[in-house]
Amino acid sequence: MKLLLPSALDEALDMLAASEAIPMAGGTDLMVHWPQNLDAHSRTYVDLSRIDALRGYRLGADELVLGGATTYWDVIEDAAVCEAFPMLARAARQVGAIQIQTRGTWAGNIVNASPAADGVPVLMAYDASLELVSTRGTEIVALADFYRGYKQMRRTHDQLIRAIRLPRRSYTIEHFEKVGARKAQAITKVGFALTRSEVGWRVVANSVAPTVCRCPAVEEVLTSERTVSAPEGLLPALDQDIAPIDDLRSTAAYRRRVLARVLYACLAPLCPGFGPSKTASPIPPLAGPDEPDR
Amino acid sequence: MASSDLDARSTSTVARPTSPVATITGAPAGDDEMVCGEGSGEDGTDDCIDIEFSLNGESTSVLVNPADRLLDVLRDQLDLTGTKEGCGEGECGACTVILDHLPVNSCLVPAYQVRGRRVETVESLTDEDVAHLHASGATQCGACTPGVAMTARWIVDRPHLLSRHTLRALMAGNLCRCTGYDGIIEGIELDLTAREDAQRGSTG
Ligand SMILES: Cc1cc2nc3c(=O)[nH]c(=O)nc-3n(C[C@H](O)[C@H](O)[C@H](O)COP(=O)(O)OP(=O)(O)OC[C@H]3O[C@@H](n4cnc5c(N)ncnc54)[C@H](O)[C@@H]3O)c2cc1C
Ligand code: FES
Ligand code: FES
Repeated sequence: MKLLLPSALDEALDMLAASEAIPMAGGTDLMVHWPQNLDAHSRTYVDLSRIDALRGYRLGADELVLGGATTYWDVIEDAAVCEAFPMLARAARQVGAIQIQTRGTWAGNIVNASPAADGVPVLMAYDASLELVSTRGTEIVALADFYRGYKQMRRTHDQLIRAIRLPRRSYTIEHFEKVGARKAQAITKVGFALTRSEVGWRVVANSVAPTVCRCPAVEEVLTSERTVSAPEGLLPALDQDIAPIDDLRSTAAYRRRVLARVLYACLAPLCPGFGPSKTASPIPPLAGPDEPDR
Repeated sequence: MASSDLDARSTSTVARPTSPVATITGAPAGDDEMVCGEGSGEDGTDDCIDIEFSLNGESTSVLVNPADRLLDVLRDQLDLTGTKEGCGEGECGACTVILDHLPVNSCLVPAYQVRGRRVETVESLTDEDVAHLHASGATQCGACTPGVAMTARWIVDRPHLLSRHTLRALMAGNLCRCTGYDGIIEGIELDLTAREDAQRGSTG
């Protein structure tokens, strides 16, 4: 393994431009099973832990700017940030457990590009944009446009996320939901983040597609104030937005049905068009014997 | 696990061979043959690097391989074997140490990242620090105990955390397969109460 130890951002960018090196932030993705992960040992790493320009964050009147090395714990511990962007703190508290929250970074969550990432949906529902920097200059990319496919991103190997920018808006609804096997140390089986502000609805789901994804068809249902009298009423729209799969944590069928239910449960008290019509039959049980709740 | 190679590597307490012997590319961390390789400046070094940091309050300097985890450096080079490896994937918390005042899993921390920083390990705890955990039956097999004791100490030193977090949420990164957690939680609560009483006694 080769190591590059920059102490300033420019130095790091020069190093990235001159090599195929991988940025190392908190290591909570890259260092998992490190001794056994021999492929990883043949790579070159650029340590980001000494770069002041990536640390810290700034809450201004118009925006919150998270640094490229800001951790979950940085956000959890800052009362003003938690108040301005409550979903950030809610999601951060559900990432792994304390020892992961103190090391894991928002930028690392974005670039690791897991469809199950918990930080990405809340950032996307807050319309975050990324400041990508390299020796070639700075590029601003909306997080919602950042992913191209499973683990595919609009980031070239020489670019670092220098900052994550979240515009301040008047949110009337902010909701984050994570369905996992237990309260801590759980990878999301299905989840979503949802906001409503002066720019409209944002519905972002995780673990139901090759990437964390916006759900434009569901957003349209909400914008047009369509009547939805039961969770199943969301499925036609959801099916346009998501493409869940079976894997070791859950099944496609479970993910689809549960996402409809948790979304519905969140929206029913908030949207006039939502709620059981007076004649609707009670909600059928969640999982039949042929559809184990994993 | 990590202790199997202890004999081969702990002959000197701190230093590894400084002269280039072989390239480590591809060698698993903890492998007996892991020695430092020839580096080159421009495209990265695979030389050992000398890191200085504060370890349990004392300034420490040690040569580490770029691929070393903090956990292995503590156990194999510095002979601080109190910190345990349970899972090696950040789940169990047995390897918890305090890095710059925050609990971290040392199995996920590249050793080079602690240069210039403060590391506290279970060896820094006194009998008094763990007395309440002992009294409440927080330990059975003991595999989780060093990590539990470190997170517990971190919390007890910062009781204000409990205004915004529950004790169980703060302890959620320390898995225990024996005790069912009640003894652990009770021990920390006893410790918190004792410290509060002591403070009240000293100020009032
Ligand atoms: C036990 C455990 C539990 C976990 N639980 C959860 C969970 O519940 N939810 C969840 O979402 N995740 C979870 N994770 C995954 C992980 O903690 C997060 O994805 C975390 O945010 C990664 O951040 P990091 O700084 O540790 O990334 P690293 O491992 O350092 O890096 C991850 C990737 O990001 C790249 N990178 C990092 N910073 C930058 C930057 N500034 N610019 C460009 N590229 C960069 C790296 O090169 C690498 O490709 C868990 C991990 C563990 C070990
Ligand atoms: S050994 Fe580090 S968390 Fe389990
Ligand atoms: S005492 Fe055995 S794992 Fe906790």
